[in-house]
Amino acid sequence: MDETVVVDPLVTLGEHIASSLGDAVLSFEVAFGDLTLNVQRDSIVNVATFLRDDPKCRFIAFVDVCGADYPAREFRFDVVYHFLSPHLNQRVRVKLETDEAAPVPSICDVFPGANWFERETYDLYGVMFSGHPDLRRILTDYGFDGHPLRKDFPLTGFVEVRYDEERKRVVYEPVKLTQEFRSFDYLSPWEGTDYVLPGDEKAKN
Amino acid sequence: MSEVDVRNFTINFGPVHPSAHGVLRLILELDGELVERVDPHVGLLHRGTEKLIEAKTYLQAVPYFDRLDYVAPMNQEHAFALAVERMLDIEVPRRGQLIRVLYAEIGRILAHLMNVTTQAMDVGALTPPVWGFEWREKLMIFYERASGARMHAAYFRPGGVHQDLPQALIDDIDVFCDEFMDFLVDLDRLLTENRIFKQRNVDIGVVTSEEAWGLGFSGTMVRSTGAAWDLRKAQPYDCYAEMDFDIPVGSNGDCYDRYLIRMEEMRQAALIMKQCVVKLNAPDGKGPVASTDGKVVPPKRGEMKQSMEALIHHFKLYTEGYKVPAGEIYAAVEAPKGEFGVYLVSDGTNKPYRCHIRAPGFAHLSAMDHLCRGHMLADVTAILGSIDIVFGEVDR
Repeated sequence: MDETVVVDPLVTLGEHIASSLGDAVLSFEVAFGDLTLNVQRDSIVNVATFLRDDPKCRFIAFVDVCGADYPAREFRFDVVYHFLSPHLNQRVRVKLETDEAAPVPSICDVFPGANWFERETYDLYGVMFSGHPDLRRILTDYGFDGHPLRKDFPLTGFVEVRYDEERKRVVYEPVKLTQEFRSFDYLSPWEGTDYVLPGDEKAKN
Repeated sequence: MSEVDVRNFTINFGPVHPSAHGVLRLILELDGELVERVDPHVGLLHRGTEKLIEAKTYLQAVPYFDRLDYVAPMNQEHAFALAVERMLDIEVPRRGQLIRVLYAEIGRILAHLMNVTTQAMDVGALTPPVWGFEWREKLMIFYERASGARMHAAYFRPGGVHQDLPQALIDDIDVFCDEFMDFLVDLDRLLTENRIFKQRNVDIGVVTSEEAWGLGFSGTMVRSTGAAWDLRKAQPYDCYAEMDFDIPVGSNGDCYDRYLIRMEEMRQAALIMKQCVVKLNAPDGKGPVASTDGKVVPPKRGEMKQSMEALIHHFKLYTEGYKVPAGEIYAAVEAPKGEFGVYLVSDGTNKPYRCHIRAPGFAHLSAMDHLCRGHMLADVTAILGSIDIVFGEVDR
């Protein structure tokens, strides 16, 4: 009996993108039903243009840009792009790595909607975007210091604000917690799962 | 005649302007009464939701989603619940799916009622909000009867919904749907052909389909340009696939089309609710409302009194919580305002490593400059009303 191999359309799509873009795509994978492309940082504008214009892709809809922080890595930040193709009814995720210093080319010229999302990524992670028309902070306060979504930024922050009746203005003061911040770590091994718990891989069989 | 010195005006709109829909600060550069440039300043309601979620377990993260788009709270929870369920690979029982669809549509009506009527107020009509809020209140009572809270429900949880609905509530929702259709006829008569309402909205804030996709628009904003795109049809989640409903699309991409689409979506939402009620009353609509996997969904109180295992599950789930396999996922729902997405990164522990919230209003508001340029100052409020922003989700 012949076994027909069912190929996931996302894998086919990933292979098409990877072969068309050559070196720009480092790898691709399909996990949890999502296609992820890992690309070179400097080629993101080419990748975005290709995804938008290629007749087999047509990822014309811009969805999202965001960051993620992995402090242990050499390039600590991921910049994650999501695009949608209404024609294929598929989504694609494009990821690249960067750090505090290395700028990421802005895709504002390809997708004008990326403007605020890149500003947000800059604001919350401190990722620099080169060629961005207006790279200002967006969500945090005027004159805010630091990048709050970095893993080394404390949850409670550094400053707190209040209105000072005497000075008739809002004043900034170092955070004073009346009770020490309580962070409970309930993490413990839990029986009955089918995945390897963190740390279990170190145990000798 | 001597030369006159012409200079542009820069004015501050908000953050406490009543038609700024919350805490929006717009810096408007005006040439006379023409808008030359719009620079929205957002973040006045920034609460660091994404940072807080990183410090909470998956279950503790659910209530933060109510506080994003607080006009339709459960639709946001829906996206998070779907993301976690897809990573955990658990199935929601049919009754749970039906209840979710029912309440997601209630959320859609809540949001559209708010938007349509306050947009009318923004352009000068005072009656519609008074009418609309009366019906919103009825819907919020349905929220309260299901979850105990009018707004911040925390009702859609990974695995299903928190509690079953009482039969009396299902019957009342059924009656509501019929009465609501009559109300929509009244609202329609009040607004749709109103001369002032049309003058203020037709051909205002026009956007083409191509621009809309590139600007990251979704939901009503992209449908108004003629693209028949709705995640409930295109990428159905829960039991939307078996629901019979239509997707209204516009043709001009202006504020008036967006209003008409929202009105029609409310009718369609009421029809979906009717279908849900019928399916919930059918024999195959009975059963559990949440996954029976005891490792994810906590047991019922009664069960805990009898079963040691249930007691242990309860204790573990409310202290440690469940662990989600490592990986990343993007799950999106068709929220009333557009595509609401959650990008979730798990490192295999009981807390999300990263939870990015993709709010439709953020993308829509970022296009304010594009939409308003060349319009009159008074059109800014009409456009702002029609893009339907709520600052809970824009500022996060």
